Amino acid sequence: MKLSGWGRTPVHDTRLVQPDDEAGLRAALADGPLIARGNGRAYGDSAVGRQTVDMRRFDRVLAFDPATGQLVAEAGILLGDIIAAFLPQGWFPAVTPGTKFVTLGGMIAADVHGKNHHRDGGMRATIDWIDVMDGAGQVQRCTPADNHDLFDRTVGGMGLTGIILRAAIRLRAVETGWIRQTTTPAANLAAAMDLLDAETSATYSVAWIDCLATGDAMGRSLVMTGEHAQRDELGRHPPLPRAKGKKSVPVDLPGVALNRYSVRAFNALYWQAGLRKQGTQLVDWDSYFYPLDAILGWNRIYGRKGFLQFQCVLPDATARAGMTALLQAISASGQGSFLAVLKRLGAEGTGVSFPQPGHTLALDFPATARAQALFDRLEAITLDHGGRFYLAKDARLSARILRAADPRMEPFAAQRRAGGEAGHFASMQSDRLQL
Amino acid sequence: MTTQPTVTPKGTVLLLGARSDVARATARRYAAAGYAIQLAARDPERLAAEKTDLELRYRVAVTLLPFDALDVAGHGAFVAALPVLPDVVVCAVGLLGKQAEDEQDIAAAITVMRSNFEGPASILGHLANAFAARRSGTLIGISSVAGDRGRATNYIYGSAKAGFTAYLSGLRNRMAGMGVHVITVSPGFIATRMTAGMDLPAKLTATPEEVAEAIFAAQEKRRNVIYVRPIWWLVMLIIRNIPEPVFKRLKI
Repeated sequence: MKLSGWGRTPVHDTRLVQPDDEAGLRAALADGPLIARGNGRAYGDSAVGRQTVDMRRFDRVLAFDPATGQLVAEAGILLGDIIAAFLPQGWFPAVTPGTKFVTLGGMIAADVHGKNHHRDGGMRATIDWIDVMDGAGQVQRCTPADNHDLFDRTVGGMGLTGIILRAAIRLRAVETGWIRQTTTPAANLAAAMDLLDAETSATYSVAWIDCLATGDAMGRSLVMTGEHAQRDELGRHPPLPRAKGKKSVPVDLPGVALNRYSVRAFNALYWQAGLRKQGTQLVDWDSYFYPLDAILGWNRIYGRKGFLQFQCVLPDATARAGMTALLQAISASGQGSFLAVLKRLGAEGTGVSFPQPGHTLALDFPATARAQALFDRLEAITLDHGGRFYLAKDARLSARILRAADPRMEPFAAQRRAGGEAGHFASMQSDRLQL
Repeated sequence: MTTQPTVTPKGTVLLLGARSDVARATARRYAAAGYAIQLAARDPERLAAEKTDLELRYRVAVTLLPFDALDVAGHGAFVAALPVLPDVVVCAVGLLGKQAEDEQDIAAAITVMRSNFEGPASILGHLANAFAARRSGTLIGISSVAGDRGRATNYIYGSAKAGFTAYLSGLRNRMAGMGVHVITVSPGFIATRMTAGMDLPAKLTATPEEVAEAIFAAQEKRRNVIYVRPIWWLVMLIIRNIPEPVFKRLKI
């Protein structure tokens, strides 16, 4: 069947299997190289292989310790289901990406980061142990201390070291399901980066950039910080916000729906709305962490051709010059991004995981020939500024550029070949990137 | 928020054929709504992980019960031995079989028919009598659009589902004055282990979670007969109305 990632491009033929026990996974391993897939929210071809193993049937909660917040669950459980079960019991994920429609296994494979990375680190920091099925079908438990080489290479390893079966992670104790959000407008890129750098004590911080603003206003942003609200801050709100309705995008919008005028109008409206909201307000957890999840199938607004996401991280030394160059290139191309997010990252990850201290920028573009040309440019700027790329977003990098950006990749690939993993675990992305 | 003890159940739901994907999703839906859960299947110890999952997520009581749909002689005793007579029963017992092979292996065909009609009808018959005596309860049978008209490609399964649909219809009629409600669910295609590997049309194929939500909503609204995806009502209306001289030559 045909399968793609969340960006809907590229589309590949795959043999999709849906085992529901370990014997089924071993049978798939015997059938040739495979890649495990969670809920398909990686944007490109990270979770599409010649054989793709849908892990969604492994979705049970196995244990929970209310004294420590340690959750043990199978890899296919959705983050949203973890929240639905444990927020009412006073617990929230310690690290969450921008969608709750990801699986636990996918979060580990991509070593996802959240709005608190600058302070708390990424997914890795929340993991006590993981169980990984290797190419021989043996299950290995690994922790940051025991069997740590496998642990370090699996967290952020994009499923290329084995099948993540189960994990023990730490949840964070919270008193309520509300976030106290503070919105601060920043007149341009430098002001936004100053604010992000100054807000190191905030639990959550992120900036939305109007990437179509030009001249002195280039990079104007809404910088949003957040803290888990305490019970006594709620006033008349109940501790748990009521569940919100969902809208969905029922059909693919035609490719022309997103053009420079509609994107410019959206960005201008969002900016104005942000100015009106500046200051502090209470926001429910779902709207705060997952605003796009409220629109099911939002990837369809980009039409059938799909879209590409660009995300890089630039180290502190070059971040300001590099971000300026990236925004200038986008502005010069006349292509706006519907969503442009700037965020400060903290500690370096292990293995080949994405984060490093500095600033990360994420952008979406419809997958057109012009966007491909723009990506060539953005990748070159990233290389010039010593940045690296996020594989969970990637659909088009070349093996050469990846290696030039990230010297950890070739040793990772070499170890995969030497240890035999390369023969058992492969995605279209790992083929393309020669990992 | 302080961690609360196990919540007082809103009611009790019994899932028959609890290892199926639909039963699993339905158990979660009811547990999320605060129902205590009874999971009935052969080898219930294999459901230990489901029990733990439901208890940890929803803090409801979960009971595992040994149940064999084909052991109709034991059904009366099964109902008599229930620790709590449930408020809601969802019968997800079923066996798709392999039509082409079962055409030649009539014994296998009979197992398919017994699994989809005799077994479900038997256990629901016992439960209906117990509910009628109590004068309350909801019986939910998962039948199939395959029962709406026999087709060459699945008439062994389909004929049993046709029988089950008729049985549920009659039971609903009989129970109408006794405070007992009967719901017939026709899911259409569902993406489950039973249908894994089949190339099903996306617009006609529901997820187990969607079926579970439809079942829960049907009970809340006291619906009688539901198609999980409404499009199936139209599809089957057309299929039922094709004249037989034409229909018998079609390959659908």
